[in-house]
Amino acid sequence: MAEAATTVLNSRVPEGPMAEKWDRCKKEMKLVNPANKRKKKIIVVGTGLAGASAAASLAELGYQVQSFCFQDSPRRAHSIAAQGGINAAKNYPNDGDSVWRLFYDTVKGGDFRSREANVHRLAQVSNNIIDQCAAQGVPFARDYGGTLANRSFGGAQVSRTFYARGQTGQQLLLGAYSALMRQVGAGRIQLFPRREMLDLVKIDGVARGIIVRNLITGEFEKYSADCVLLCTGGYGNAFYLSTNAKGSNVTAAWRCHKRGAFFANPCYTQIHPTCIPVSGDYQSKLTLMSESLRNDGRVWVPQSPDDNRRGNEIPDSERDYYLERRYPAFGNLVPRDVASRAAKERCDAGYGVGSSGQAVFLDFRDAIARDGRHAIEAKYGNLFHMYHKITGEDPYQVPMRIYPAVHYTMGGLWVDYHLQSTIPGLFVLGEANFSDHGANRLGASALMQGLADGYFVAPYTTGHYLGSQNLPSVSTDDEAFAEAMANAQDRNAKILGVQGTRSSDSIHRELGHILWDYCGMSRERQGLETAMGKIRDLRDEFWSSIKVIGQGEQLNQNLEHAGRLADFLEFGELMVRDALVREESCGGHFREEHQSPENEAMRDDENFCHVTAWEFTGVGNEPVEHREQLEFVEVPLATRSYK
Amino acid sequence: MSETLDLTLRVWRQPGADVAGKYVEYKLTGISTHMSFLEMLDVLNEQLHAQGDEMIAFDHDCREGICGMCSLMINGQAHGPDTGTTTCQLHMRRFKNGDTIVVEPWRAQAFPVIRDLVVDRSAFDRIIEKGGFISVSTGNAPEANAIPVPAPVQETAMDAAACIGCGACVAACKNASAMLFVSAKVSHLSTLPQGKPERSSRVQNMVAQMDLEGFGNCTNTEECSAACPAEISISNIARMNREYMRAKLCSKE
Repeated sequence: MAEAATTVLNSRVPEGPMAEKWDRCKKEMKLVNPANKRKKKIIVVGTGLAGASAAASLAELGYQVQSFCFQDSPRRAHSIAAQGGINAAKNYPNDGDSVWRLFYDTVKGGDFRSREANVHRLAQVSNNIIDQCAAQGVPFARDYGGTLANRSFGGAQVSRTFYARGQTGQQLLLGAYSALMRQVGAGRIQLFPRREMLDLVKIDGVARGIIVRNLITGEFEKYSADCVLLCTGGYGNAFYLSTNAKGSNVTAAWRCHKRGAFFANPCYTQIHPTCIPVSGDYQSKLTLMSESLRNDGRVWVPQSPDDNRRGNEIPDSERDYYLERRYPAFGNLVPRDVASRAAKERCDAGYGVGSSGQAVFLDFRDAIARDGRHAIEAKYGNLFHMYHKITGEDPYQVPMRIYPAVHYTMGGLWVDYHLQSTIPGLFVLGEANFSDHGANRLGASALMQGLADGYFVAPYTTGHYLGSQNLPSVSTDDEAFAEAMANAQDRNAKILGVQGTRSSDSIHRELGHILWDYCGMSRERQGLETAMGKIRDLRDEFWSSIKVIGQGEQLNQNLEHAGRLADFLEFGELMVRDALVREESCGGHFREEHQSPENEAMRDDENFCHVTAWEFTGVGNEPVEHREQLEFVEVPLATRSYK
Repeated sequence: MSETLDLTLRVWRQPGADVAGKYVEYKLTGISTHMSFLEMLDVLNEQLHAQGDEMIAFDHDCREGICGMCSLMINGQAHGPDTGTTTCQLHMRRFKNGDTIVVEPWRAQAFPVIRDLVVDRSAFDRIIEKGGFISVSTGNAPEANAIPVPAPVQETAMDAAACIGCGACVAACKNASAMLFVSAKVSHLSTLPQGKPERSSRVQNMVAQMDLEGFGNCTNTEECSAACPAEISISNIARMNREYMRAKLCSKE
């Protein structure tokens, strides 16, 4: 099976030394002349960092772009919520950084499960991103001389993170949004907000359009193009509770999967260590606080499991600063997967704090004593404010309580070096693809990847695709559009037609519990097998007892949610299956069967140094497993150690 | 530790843009004070679902106070009683047992109601489209440190750039003026050296579109900045007026 797969999955990584691959690729790519660019239509789905930057850049080049999002404005995409920062290899602090070191850290941070060539390109273009954003007016933090400031972030020993207070994602997205809106004004982008993509249209095996539902009128609409860029984010909301926005979903990616795009490594999910703990069963989402808090905050639990005193009443001698104890070299700055597992380990052992016992302390007492409250307020004021708002506790007075939460998904649709999926003409950018973060993403690199894909990779590679194809013109009257439209309409009608008793929220919560319990921070065979059965049962339950109130021909948020949930219920099974076949521990995927006596993750490079890419064969059917073998030439395979 | 509340909600229900709306009263019991306001609405919606009634439509997405998608006039205040807080970050501990809470959509001619509490804010996008950007195409940027920006200038720009585009300023204003929103973007970009080349055309084009959309005039009541969840300062409006005068009087654009 693996052998057949290798022929299917051609990653199209250029030959030659690592540092020259991207240049060589650009040199060999075909160009589209300016007059022809005006005749080419490109659909971009999603308006986050990847989608907005790609749409703007392609329109600037002269293509006709159509941009779609489900929110009321492209400015609301969830990239906006990223707080901490964006990495680049500028080496402004003169602390030894370089393109190579950013590349090395990202490959190592990804626990050797990413594609080296993609990561190297990411590091290469990182500096261009900072230039572009500064020119757009992104108000990055500056030093007193007027030059850009940097800070350190988890998983790195250099300061390479650029930031705009605690709102870096917001400012970068507004920068990309402004570039997008400029092109809307120039007539080169047509904007379609409040539209949800419900199917991909293929003609002669290549992507030629999409079907969307107009969320205001409920009407289904067809759009044709010469290629389609999917920039629709990750699938973290499969867990119900996550730090994603409520609307974030897997639907567009999943429906492309059902049309033939392989789904790679769906079991790689990132559980972020610094989130506000769950407070009750009405909880609708979880809130992350930037990892940058770990620069100054110290993580600890009481040494005694029965200690019920308030955090600030427990003396130092009775505290266990477990990250500093276990990982003296990186201390509180270990990568996210390591920090999250260590918190879970302490809580499972009975040392957790707070009413649920599912929390650890993040304490700024020492930093405030050292730097003064004012300095801490300047760095983290908005985060402290947010924490205070949500919990009603003042983190300047008492330590914060934190617990890990689902935050980001490293898996996604499989793409080659050109960011093209297994469906020709369907490109996948940003969190929606799988390629750059391996099994664990380092902090401040999601923003980097989204913008790298959109500003500096896809404009070249889609141009090459369009320049080397002789695509016949198609219209939305083609029968493939009618078939896809009927498919999308039927699914909605089916959901509306069940008329059972259960709400989509109640079923989604149940799915979330299954995934969190069996496919969360740690996984083991029996649990995963149990989860598989439970998800299938829950899917049956959905199709026999879901109740959606209202009609399809109107704004119907209940119907939107139920539709997304139906896809999560199919996707969840694939996530669990992927976790089941990956018999090793790597990054965010921790199999209890594969750990060292010190409870550290144990990779199996002999058998699992590959990408697993799944081919859809029907709901409930066993998908076909394909593999892309990963080679590590520049960064030799090694056991990650942060000790 | 957690207390619970019994509440009466009076919620604006309107089935569609062209249909008359009305207030409908709902009773809620056992609402935890730790809930966010939107989680309280989720609970109400689940209750409506169980009864087979149409659920209340309201805009929301990130629920972290940054995307600007949530809205709501709560007891006559945009985003409710807390300062510097979006509806999604408002928590029920702010209310008392037995309270009656009135929930309405943003009310402004330029923000027509789509359904229940959902309004159309696309006017804001059309204003940005006219000039809320710096014209620098991808690949055309100089080295990031080539143009130094003094830290205080960057801070002023950042204060203005923090606007989340929610529309609370418009909803809070008796004239439904969008001056705070527009001035935040004008200030952000015109303060920075990168934004100087287009400062005259930017302010003129954005203001012209603002007027076209049917937003009202500013009468310096300052309700907008009092209601603003991102605490955008009224001084941005003064800066925009100055920019506008300068552009009209001194610029050739």
